[in-house]
Amino acid sequence: MKFADWTGIGRMDEMARLASPVQRLDARGKAVVTLAFIVAVMSFPRHEVSALTPFLLYPIALISLGRIPLWFIVKKTIVAAPFALAIAIFNPIIDRAPLASVGPLVVTGGWVSFASIMFRFVLTVGAALALVACTGMNRLGAAMEQLGIPRAFVVQLLFLYRYLFVISDHAGKMTRSAELRSGGRPLGFRLYGSMIGHLLLRSMARAERVHRAMVARGFDGRIRVLRQTRFQWRDALFICGCLALFAAARVWNLAAGLGQLLAGGAS
Amino acid sequence: MSHHLVEVRDLSFAYPDGTEALKGVSFRIGHGGSVALIGGNGAGKSTLLLHLNGYLATMRGEVRIGETIVTRETAALARRAVGVVFQDPDDQLFMPTVAEDVAFGPLNAGLPPAQVETLVAAALERVGMTHLRERPPYRLSAGEKRAVAIATVLAMSPDILVMDEPSSNLDPRARRRLIGLLQSFEHTKIIATHDLELVVEVCREVLVMDAGQIVAQGPTVELLSDEKLMLAHGLERPHSLRHVQPH
Repeated sequence: MKFADWTGIGRMDEMARLASPVQRLDARGKAVVTLAFIVAVMSFPRHEVSALTPFLLYPIALISLGRIPLWFIVKKTIVAAPFALAIAIFNPIIDRAPLASVGPLVVTGGWVSFASIMFRFVLTVGAALALVACTGMNRLGAAMEQLGIPRAFVVQLLFLYRYLFVISDHAGKMTRSAELRSGGRPLGFRLYGSMIGHLLLRSMARAERVHRAMVARGFDGRIRVLRQTRFQWRDALFICGCLALFAAARVWNLAAGLGQLLAGGAS
Repeated sequence: MSHHLVEVRDLSFAYPDGTEALKGVSFRIGHGGSVALIGGNGAGKSTLLLHLNGYLATMRGEVRIGETIVTRETAALARRAVGVVFQDPDDQLFMPTVAEDVAFGPLNAGLPPAQVETLVAAALERVGMTHLRERPPYRLSAGEKRAVAIATVLAMSPDILVMDEPSSNLDPRARRRLIGLLQSFEHTKIIATHDLELVVEVCREVLVMDAGQIVAQGPTVELLSDEKLMLAHGLERPHSLRHVQPH
């Protein structure tokens, strides 16, 4: 198995080609809705957890309707988790004010905001990954350009995505050959330092060659895509529906409301 | 206007670090010619190829494709006329599917989508890779990648095909298919390679390079049978020509 297969970067482009209602939606619509989703999720006050739960619907809908393996998104999210953890982990230490108590257990504000940050992380990263998996990076890039994001920025992003795959492949090969000659000893930090240096030089050389091949075929700074999806009424419907849902979930705590409704109905 | 003609006159080039890669290279290839560019590692073959489509700007001398002298201004024109297949297909295939990759060049040329579709289909058909159109290129075998890389260039309808090591990393069957494919092309061909047996089968003429200069130019069989010449420039006489005596 190739290292790049393990990282699964390439698999997302394959998923983007599946025929499903989600994949067929216009990339611009999906990008706008996902951005709105992220803004809505991030705009909640820091101690909020329960009101965020309805937002799970959006990534789950993308994943299930788009027939993207849930496990795939979960694995990718875990890979990025240390970054969110590094930010969230200080909250329980700094904010020790008790917020609620469950029996003898006192829950501090820090732990609640920790949970909130981690939950938001899962929501936003999950939605972003699902967006890429059901759209494809190149179409997403074309959509971003159409939405007015400067071309230089979009091309940078597409290149970054492209090289990520190439570099991870290089890294896999280098690690393997180092391990084979290590005699079973763990590879030291110094070795990793030198490997990263080599990796940088090799990727720069590769970048030069890819650029050369692109220029040879008339690349002028713009990546053109053959099958541009057309904006249709269902895209408008998708955008309006999702935005209305996000707005409702942002204004009212739907989870608490549902709980009260059920509790009210039961009593 | 025919672009099939390639003429290089007194071309010199040095890399920024001072390495002199080309020292006064001159040659001329006529319409429909098939020329092999051979020579040891570091002889300047790749550097020369990069001048043919204007990727590297000429420092001294000139490169002429058809009637056009290749400069920064005419580079776009040269790139339409000269299709380059690079050594590593992974450098050349960067789009998510084979079809999109083949469409990359024609779309950059500003052709309408319907025509691009036709060109893509024709190019893939030409190299026998139609069944792979929706596959991601990095999942293909080395032989398939090579064929697709050639299709990406064919789709741009170039007059001149330039290839850097087309048979590297291929298994014997894929190499055999490649040779058949190359023989079937009517384009003017310039092939830089160490695969001298391929040269014998595909190219009528040979340019021998060493240390940035053309040291010999002539008919394939004649030059490749010249054991002394071959050994002097880090090459060898191909097995298939063992029995041929140079005159």
